[in-house]
Amino acid sequence: MLKIWSMKQKQQQAANADAAATGIKKKKVTAAQLRVQKDVSELSLPSTMKTEFPDEDDLLNFTLTIEPDEGMYKGGRFHFKFEISQDFPHQAPKVKCTQKIYHPNIDLEGNVCLNILREDWKPVLNLQSVMIGLQFLFLEPNASDPLNKDAAEDLRSNREGFKRNVRSAMGGGAVKSQSFDRVLKS
Amino acid sequence: MSPSAVVPGELGSGAAPSRWSFRDKILLSTGPFTHEMFEPSEEAVAALGEMQILVIGAGGLGCEILKNLALSGFKKIHVIDMDTIDVSNLNRQFLFRHSDVGKSKAEVAAKFVEKRVKGVSITPHNCRIQDKDEDFYLQFNSIICGLDSIEARRWINATLVNMVDEEQLQEGISDSLKPLIDGGTEGFKGQSRVILPTMTSCIECQLDMHAPRAAVPLCTLATIPRQPEHCIEWAHIIAWDQEKPFPDVDNKLDNDDPEHITWLYQKALARAQEFNISGVTYSMTQGVVKNIIPAIASTNAIIAASCCNEAFKLATTSNPSLGDGENNYMMYSGNEGIYTYTFKHEQKEDCPVCGQKAKDLTVDPEWTLQEFIESLAGRADAQLKKPSVRTAEGKSLYMQSPESLELKTRPNLEKKLRDLVENGHELAVTDPAFATVSFRFAIHYR
Repeated sequence: MLKIWSMKQKQQQAANADAAATGIKKKKVTAAQLRVQKDVSELSLPSTMKTEFPDEDDLLNFTLTIEPDEGMYKGGRFHFKFEISQDFPHQAPKVKCTQKIYHPNIDLEGNVCLNILREDWKPVLNLQSVMIGLQFLFLEPNASDPLNKDAAEDLRSNREGFKRNVRSAMGGGAVKSQSFDRVLKS
Repeated sequence: MSPSAVVPGELGSGAAPSRWSFRDKILLSTGPFTHEMFEPSEEAVAALGEMQILVIGAGGLGCEILKNLALSGFKKIHVIDMDTIDVSNLNRQFLFRHSDVGKSKAEVAAKFVEKRVKGVSITPHNCRIQDKDEDFYLQFNSIICGLDSIEARRWINATLVNMVDEEQLQEGISDSLKPLIDGGTEGFKGQSRVILPTMTSCIECQLDMHAPRAAVPLCTLATIPRQPEHCIEWAHIIAWDQEKPFPDVDNKLDNDDPEHITWLYQKALARAQEFNISGVTYSMTQGVVKNIIPAIASTNAIIAASCCNEAFKLATTSNPSLGDGENNYMMYSGNEGIYTYTFKHEQKEDCPVCGQKAKDLTVDPEWTLQEFIESLAGRADAQLKKPSVRTAEGKSLYMQSPESLELKTRPNLEKKLRDLVENGHELAVTDPAFATVSFRFAIHYR
């Protein structure tokens, strides 16, 4: 390879310039795009989860719908918005719940406290792992990582009361005068 | 260069032969480590001045790099940077003065070095690297990066890997191969590395060498902040979206808008008082929100010096350099005492950028997308069973899954290739059967 630096390089440069002039300018697939295409086409989701792409050409922005078939949130339909940056997979995808729900690890703005979305994100993780992690939050809400303090306190102090609150919030009711979106499937 | 080599009063005059006398000793004689192809001669000196070299970034590292290159005898230098000079740059970006605040970094840096070192030409480009095309990058012999952005590094890396013309390489013409020298620092730590696109491990192969930004769990921010930074992050991530303080700009946070930063600062301050935390300041708010990496001038100097020495050795072959032998990565750590380690970062076979060069594929433009996809299954070098296909422009032609995408892209299967892909353009193909490999094909019509 050290020939690059040989004294002949001037002629070669001329030859190269000719080649470049006749070559076709083509746009390149970015590494982030390729990686997302891989992640998306390899998704293997259980029947409780579905993705929806408003624009089929834009794989960086989509929604995920989770319909838990067991646990306290069974019967609900939850929507999450995914935003992936050109820094993916160096940076985790940004994920937000688009409904106002009663959950100890999701605040009223839809922010989600899931370790692999922030402090434990690694480029070897993929979209599938994030989605499975989100679903897990509905199966096992976790009172020790509270983002909605009231809900976490309810879960810790009175599990049965918490379950009742989940049911009424999912039906569009209020919990402690805070109203929630109706998220029931039927 | 020893100070005795410079005649007082002649500093900066290119005519003074003494300026280059020690460097010329390297180029006019051989030593125990000179490369077998190296021929000491006046031509070697002249050739160095003819090298076209591009510096990406005119910040902390860029200022050092430009100075070093000019003082090593490179004479045809370009510099590209989209940023303007901020008052906070002046402590270490020594090519800038207070009166330059607000001006283009590339332009001011170029002018300063040209004035200071006679005979050197520095062409500034005040734009994003993405604004330049392959023809621009083809004119250089090598490229040095002094960047703080991973996204920019990945972009230039992918561009240079794609530029390599394998056919020319096989004929012994290596001009499409542009060595990339990349420097980076964070506090007392840094790295310099040399990438020979397609031949050695690339920036994408080495992506995991970048430490991810340390993040605090969201629930800590929301419930039990312990440090001033936690309060700022809370204001930034949670309070901003909750209170939507600037509806006039759609509540889009502008890191450079003092009003926005002030709002965050005051929110963070109030929260800090609530939790008895001290230390929240305006400049800390700016630092956390903009993710400003602490820059230490001397670390920049060390890393830039290493990058420029490697550039000099690559250009002249006067001595073995990083990248042309076993090693391609030098890490430097001054955090605990001083430690450096130079090693070979292996190329990744499944690297999405350099692991798979786009393969040329000659196809019939009258084929339907369906026929094309079926043909991929029969190719010995691919054998794709369930390929998903997208264009380089980001158009989804056919996605096998998930279901919603499959439904939306299914109508394309009937369409003719010529209506979907332009001649010479690239397709990206992924297949779940190849868990770690993606394929790229450049389409050529018969």
